[in-house]
Amino acid sequence: MPMHIGEKDFKKRVTKGLEDDFMRGAVRSAQGRLQDKRATAADELGDWEEWRTLGSEIRSHTIEHLDYYLHQLSEKVAELGGHVFFAETGAEANEYIQKVATEKKAKKIAKSKSMVTEEISMNEALEDIGCEVIETDLGEYILQLDDHDPPSHIVAPALHKNKEQIRDVFQEKLAYLKSEKPEELALFAREKLREEFLSADLGITGCNFAVAESGSFALVTNEGNARMVSALPKTQITVMGMERIVPGWEELDIVVSLLTRAAVGQKLTSYITALTGPKQLEEADGPEEFHLVIVDNGRSKILGTEFQEALHCIRCAACINVCPVYRHVGGHAYGSIYPGPIGAVLSPLLSDYDEYKELPYASSLCGACTEVCPVKIPLHEQLIMHRRKIVEDEKKTTLSERVVMRGFEQLVNSANLYRTATKMAPFLTTPFAKNQLITKGPGPLKHWTHARDFPQPANERFRDWFEDRQKRGEKNA
Amino acid sequence: MPKGNIINRDSFLTNVRDKIGGIAADKPVKKPSWSVSPQKKVLEGYDQDQLISVLREQCKEIHTDFYQTTVAELTGTITEVMEEYESESIVYSDDPRFDNANMEEYLQGLNAFKWDRNDRENSIKIAERAEVGITFSDITLAESGTVVLLNDKGQGRSVSLLPANYIAIIPKTSIVKRMTQATDYIHAQLEKGEDIASCINFITGPSNSADIEMNLVVGVHGPIRAAYIVVDDL
Repeated sequence: MPMHIGEKDFKKRVTKGLEDDFMRGAVRSAQGRLQDKRATAADELGDWEEWRTLGSEIRSHTIEHLDYYLHQLSEKVAELGGHVFFAETGAEANEYIQKVATEKKAKKIAKSKSMVTEEISMNEALEDIGCEVIETDLGEYILQLDDHDPPSHIVAPALHKNKEQIRDVFQEKLAYLKSEKPEELALFAREKLREEFLSADLGITGCNFAVAESGSFALVTNEGNARMVSALPKTQITVMGMERIVPGWEELDIVVSLLTRAAVGQKLTSYITALTGPKQLEEADGPEEFHLVIVDNGRSKILGTEFQEALHCIRCAACINVCPVYRHVGGHAYGSIYPGPIGAVLSPLLSDYDEYKELPYASSLCGACTEVCPVKIPLHEQLIMHRRKIVEDEKKTTLSERVVMRGFEQLVNSANLYRTATKMAPFLTTPFAKNQLITKGPGPLKHWTHARDFPQPANERFRDWFEDRQKRGEKNA
Repeated sequence: MPKGNIINRDSFLTNVRDKIGGIAADKPVKKPSWSVSPQKKVLEGYDQDQLISVLREQCKEIHTDFYQTTVAELTGTITEVMEEYESESIVYSDDPRFDNANMEEYLQGLNAFKWDRNDRENSIKIAERAEVGITFSDITLAESGTVVLLNDKGQGRSVSLLPANYIAIIPKTSIVKRMTQATDYIHAQLEKGEDIASCINFITGPSNSADIEMNLVVGVHGPIRAAYIVVDDL
């Protein structure tokens, strides 16, 4: 699946989200639970702000010296006998992965959760050469079965589906006969996927954090599928976005502790699996051959710009879980596999403003995202920077909006014009108003009044009222 | 093992370096000393018995059965857990600590298979069918209720993964405060130039998922049930 998902038109996507009551109910309850859990886990520590400070320092330092740490990582992996491929584009990454799959004559590929492989459409590339790719994360497995329904959340990809819908998917695709109880659904998936793990020729994982000092990488999971994928197939490929790295184990402790708390409110998830190279001598399980693919795919464009901090993201989704806009429109409305506040910052950077110019506006700028971010990314400030760039540098707004804004600029820059306009406003708006409310506004007001009424400007201007008040001799109360 | 290939590195890193205005990649970067270290304050001053209490409490959170026993009683406790889990077949790591805890004889009397580091196919096949997997914990984290397994050689990755039930034997001396002490240990190994295990597993209870309506389901791909047995005199 490419980074872009769903309808091309932003407004259509939003309308679809707003009209989907199932999805909105699921999102509301999930957001509530995740917010509570995160807050409890953060409070328990007592000094959450110190943890955030440390997380932020670690991420800043690492990204400022990304070249050094990636170099160190690749040296260590190669010393252990692993292969490292640096891919500037998604296409390069896919070509390399196809090559490995072909050399290994891989037919069946078991894959654990990885956002970057979604971003580069790796599954499609492997299917093109005749491989069967099986998603083994429960959420992703459900989506894959449901004719590749796109993910709507970066931690819980099937968040938009309720259990009855999931039961129906299993019934239709796998002749499932049991109920919609989550336990029964999960047990069924366990049995189905167990066969796949054991017979897969190739395992593919993502990477939460690579550790430069030892050439290791850590997978943060709960289900155990990533452990299966890295224990059973004889060949393993790990795909990482190039920024997903820390200097050493000391730092791994911090970012993992922040991630598990911020994402799901757990002290640690069930499994943190730190893998270092292929299996060594006298080891029975684990991959005999290991490939690490480090992907740029637009990330280096962000380095050295005012958006560099977006690369500090540890993909916990805490910002998504508190976002009031996400709550209403759901993940698919963003049109990107990266939804929510971090998605609105990142998607236009990894792709471009042509595709994602609306996303920075899909925010009320309330700042809740910035407040919960465990590594202190100033998300809402970055959204404002995007808006400035879209309007001033890129001139991506419509001609009519530019003309209106130009007019407004002249109006407020001239005292006489401003005075006349504010005096005229009540008369000009009278034809549209009913009981002092405008319900169907003209021109630029139309978008506002589509959702709510606009109060008609009062007959008396504040300035006039104020001057009169002085003339009337009223004093401060 | 021969050194692996590194492909496209120079052009990739030159581009990164140009963008961030970084230094040449082969010149060492000095890691700054971080301004705060909250991780060192967690459970500060707790002794071993207090840590066991923390671990026992945390086990309730992570749906894990907790037992505390002695070497003399250990086999009895394992029998008790096996009955509780209605299980008979066992796979266990090839680990001298089983012998040190006088367990080899006990295990040989059961339907138990010792992981064979030289036979991939057979070891995986048997582990997949076994009802219980048993390993020792190398480092145990009280705060999160985590057993750390340094999986290499005889300590197969699959032993704690494939069976439906998992038992971790936890020497009291292996219990530390939190992940910080484990990562310090691994970092110290690297500083001394030692190899670290090819797979280090931090295991916190049975597998689970909240992918269906954010309802927690315990037992997905990994074990469905888990028991920790703390042994006081190990």
